[in-house]
Amino acid sequence: MNRGLLDRFLIGVLKRFFDLRGVFRSKKRQQALIPHASASGGSLAAVIAIMAFLASLTASVALRVSNASEGWQSSVSHEITIQIRPTLGTPIDPEMKKAAIILSETPGLKNTYVYSKTESEKLLEPWLGNGLDFDQLPVPRMITAQIDKKSPPDLEALRVALSENVKGASLDDHRAWTQRLSVVGRTLVLATLATLGLVIAAAGFAIAFATRGAMISNREIIEVLHFVGASESYIARQFQIHFLWIGIKGGIIGGIAAITLFLALHIAARHWASSPNGAEMIALFGTFSLNLNAIIAVMAIALLMALVAAFVSRVTANRTIRGLD
Amino acid sequence: MQAPGSKRREDLVRFENVGLRYGMGPEILKDISFSIAPSSFQFVTGPSGTGKTTLLRLILLSLKPTRGLISLFGQDVTQLSAPTLTKFRRRMGVVFQDFRLLDHLTTYENVALPLRVQGRSESGYKKEVVELLQWIGLGDRILSFPSTMSGGEKQRAAIARALVVQPDILLADEPTGNLDGVLARRLLRLFAELNRSGTAIVIATHDLALMDQFDGVRRMVLGGNRLHIDE
Repeated sequence: MNRGLLDRFLIGVLKRFFDLRGVFRSKKRQQALIPHASASGGSLAAVIAIMAFLASLTASVALRVSNASEGWQSSVSHEITIQIRPTLGTPIDPEMKKAAIILSETPGLKNTYVYSKTESEKLLEPWLGNGLDFDQLPVPRMITAQIDKKSPPDLEALRVALSENVKGASLDDHRAWTQRLSVVGRTLVLATLATLGLVIAAAGFAIAFATRGAMISNREIIEVLHFVGASESYIARQFQIHFLWIGIKGGIIGGIAAITLFLALHIAARHWASSPNGAEMIALFGTFSLNLNAIIAVMAIALLMALVAAFVSRVTANRTIRGLD
Repeated sequence: MQAPGSKRREDLVRFENVGLRYGMGPEILKDISFSIAPSSFQFVTGPSGTGKTTLLRLILLSLKPTRGLISLFGQDVTQLSAPTLTKFRRRMGVVFQDFRLLDHLTTYENVALPLRVQGRSESGYKKEVVELLQWIGLGDRILSFPSTMSGGEKQRAAIARALVVQPDILLADEPTGNLDGVLARRLLRLFAELNRSGTAIVIATHDLALMDQFDGVRRMVLGGNRLHIDE
């Protein structure tokens, strides 16, 4: 579908579902029947801009959490860990060798890495501190291996082989972690989406109040329009067009503000990454990059704000006109 | 104007025992019965505060009667749907006493408003609106806003707005109140011309001199909350 055809299709959809014939009809726009100054347009545009900005931030958080959650799950679920606990009367090194051989012979596993005694002790340092004599402690040893995504191994068979041949061996495929991460990730995404919904609902309520206020303050204009033969839907459409433009203006301002902030964070993130404390900053806040998805989300929110303004103002105008009659 | 009960099918407006009260207050209009035939000409008169404007608003259906029957263009208005009401209002022209021009629109836009709300394209009506404005003496005020116009100019613009759709019935509330004698007579000639071309005219006024210029025109006199018809 070429661009012109797409434009005509989108305008057709807007006309059909939102009855916006007046917006697109004439090349030269006639003077609006609802005076711009009388309907608190500036304040409402500011409110919508703030809502669009907050909604864009929320959507960005949802996208980042969703991407991060997928990344965590992917990296954890593609690795297995074999832990070998020391057992009384059995030297641990031969057991480690047996386990390594079993892993290397198992199809679907690659990059097997055997942690040496020193490496295993180093892993405990953050909890037990330096300078401790680990010879006195029954320190378990660890082997990791990567799962070949194209032909994953039979983990149950591997688990049985290890338990039968290697004393003190246990296989961890991180399934429990993956499930927990998945639940946490999904919960965070749902929470941010719910917040996004609340922000949009708040914008909708603000538009509804503004529409009602504008109609009451322009009651005389509505009365004149009725007397000169305007239908209810024509009058409601005038208010809808008025608030649609305010919604478009607010959505664009909020979207530009959000993209500006993302751009600033993107530059700051690059600066942090090259600084001496970059690793700590990345660990705390993650890497931030301004990607196409974030820009599409911001544009979608700006459009959504305009459509919410058009829809809510039309529904409110229809109801209020009946009340004014 | 017809006597009640005659030529029922042809009546544009028909009132039968209509009464109106605001809230729990006393009836301000009682037992109003009359009809308006096509191409008829009538004045609604009476002292200030007797309900001339209220009667016009009842005809326009911007007020609902508390009792009685009103029919417009042969249809009982109690069950009138919103689209039908809109259709009826497009057949009526109205000149308000306080003009009711939209302050943010130019004279041209105000006069063209009834055509614009009907969805007609501007290219289709621009010429006739400009001609009407020139005829009514507002040719040099086409792009002026009401706030910069005199009372007389506003009144002429309001009259032009009512005439532009060539209505079946024209309701005018004190249409010459702000005009000088020459212009008032010119506008009355316009009303008479419109009447000859088939538009029924209802003028609410307390100006006896104005009414005296038309011989044989029926007068509907409001007084004591009732309507007396002077045939």
